[in-house]
Amino acid sequence: MENRSFYNEILTEHNIRPEYKHDLPDANIVLEGVNPNCGDDIWLKLKVEDGVIQDGAFIGDGCAISQASADIMLGMIIGKKEEEAKRLGELFLKMIQGDATEDEIGELEEASALKDISHMPARVKCAVLGWHTLDEALKKHQ
Amino acid sequence: MTEHDYRQDFPLLQQNQTIYIDNAATAQKPRSVIEAESRFYEESNANPLRGFYPLSLRATEIYENARKIVQNFIQADSEKEIIFTRNTTESLNLVAYSYALNHLHPGDEIAVTIMEHHSNLLPWQMAAHVTGATLRYLECEPDGTLTEQTLEEGINEKTKLLAVGHVSNVLGCVNPVRKMADRAHSFGAVVVVDAAQSAPHRKICVTELGADFLAFSGHKLMAPMGIGVLYGREELLEEMPPFLTGGEMIQSVTREGATYAELPHKFEAGTVNAAGAAGLAAAIQYIETIGFETIEAKELALTGRAMEGLSKLPHVHIIGSERPENHTGIVAFTIDQVHPHDVSEILAADGIDVRAGHHCAQPLLTYLKVYNTTRASFMFYNTEEEVDAFVRSVADVRRKMGYGE
Repeated sequence: MENRSFYNEILTEHNIRPEYKHDLPDANIVLEGVNPNCGDDIWLKLKVEDGVIQDGAFIGDGCAISQASADIMLGMIIGKKEEEAKRLGELFLKMIQGDATEDEIGELEEASALKDISHMPARVKCAVLGWHTLDEALKKHQ
Repeated sequence: MTEHDYRQDFPLLQQNQTIYIDNAATAQKPRSVIEAESRFYEESNANPLRGFYPLSLRATEIYENARKIVQNFIQADSEKEIIFTRNTTESLNLVAYSYALNHLHPGDEIAVTIMEHHSNLLPWQMAAHVTGATLRYLECEPDGTLTEQTLEEGINEKTKLLAVGHVSNVLGCVNPVRKMADRAHSFGAVVVVDAAQSAPHRKICVTELGADFLAFSGHKLMAPMGIGVLYGREELLEEMPPFLTGGEMIQSVTREGATYAELPHKFEAGTVNAAGAAGLAAAIQYIETIGFETIEAKELALTGRAMEGLSKLPHVHIIGSERPENHTGIVAFTIDQVHPHDVSEILAADGIDVRAGHHCAQPLLTYLKVYNTTRASFMFYNTEEEVDAFVRSVADVRRKMGYGE
């Protein structure tokens, strides 16, 4: 079956041993993201200064996809400018919708481990929860 | 005598390789049900209860005959006590709006168990909110048992309505409805029974249960979706106002008002689901051909096999009683460190259909502190091979999630 290998090593590693799943006391943007249907719940915490995401973390509960995706996202956006983070978010969404080119998917580095989600409509919300919360958080900040 | 292969009766099980063990959500449909529904449209389709031409009379006859079959199925005293609805949810809402809102007052109590499906909870939350009555929860033990003390405290002189699920859709336990009903009746309360999870699996007699109202869905007992039943004691239904108003539930209408139709049609506003009722009648006939004795024995054997298999697996925890006979085919479980949505995704990749999440019983899961579970639920048409494949798939979940065992 198609998704037999869906839970690949990148995904399970970020789920079991997340790098950014912890508190961030000096965060200046904190926003909760929830998928009410399935109960995925994260608190995204960002420290943004001069338009650059200096640091970030999350805490929360949910399925492996939601938690791993948020962890992968943070690894990609820390140190980046807000606009760049937003652009990556748009690319990610494009990949999830099955519309991204090979080059664009390549740009998403580890997040490309989630590209097969485009064949799993029930899990799209889990994969985009982190990115969606990021988008809302940055909007709120501006 | 060789045993009849029930799977031959189900087109979907013939055409599809999937291992369907999400029967508590909805059951598969035997050919006889599918044919009864399509036969209605092919041979007898007209608006029932309205026309005077032969086709409409035939549609009416099929519809009303289905009502008699339901009456016998749950051993109600009169066919006037059988109301067709869309499903359990609509049946329970009917009671909440037409009965509870007109009978409850501030200071009264509505008793519900903590294990109710949201369908047998939200209508009572609404009724309590509107009338000022208090909603009181009867909290069960982890295996679903309701202690004497819980019943004595929870059902008391203030209780005006007791709402109880016959069988929990998470724990699978059978609640002591008769005992609870006797106590509720001694205080003059009415008893509402949610039989959604019991009607497909065990013989129901509404009077023996002590139910004043009893609701179930057709689709869980192999009938089409969109047909459900509300049983109500005639004297209660008689004095209740209609739930919905409109076509076919009237005797006469003037510019100023209307007089309503007699029971049961008073509660069946608008064009009814006659084909669904025909399908429900066929489903009941199918069940009766097999017999509840056979159904219960097969389902108990499958449940026992699944529980035995799962209980041998490290990191897997079955929710509820340790005894298969207290599960009514329902086995909800958790796997350490793996979210149920991931469990069900991995099982789906092995061709196994289970439910994951809160099963529309969030207060129970919060109370049990498990929040989310994966649920397998068996019907007599499932096989030992399917159970074994399910257990094998569960056994491999943690390894696939990277936990190395």
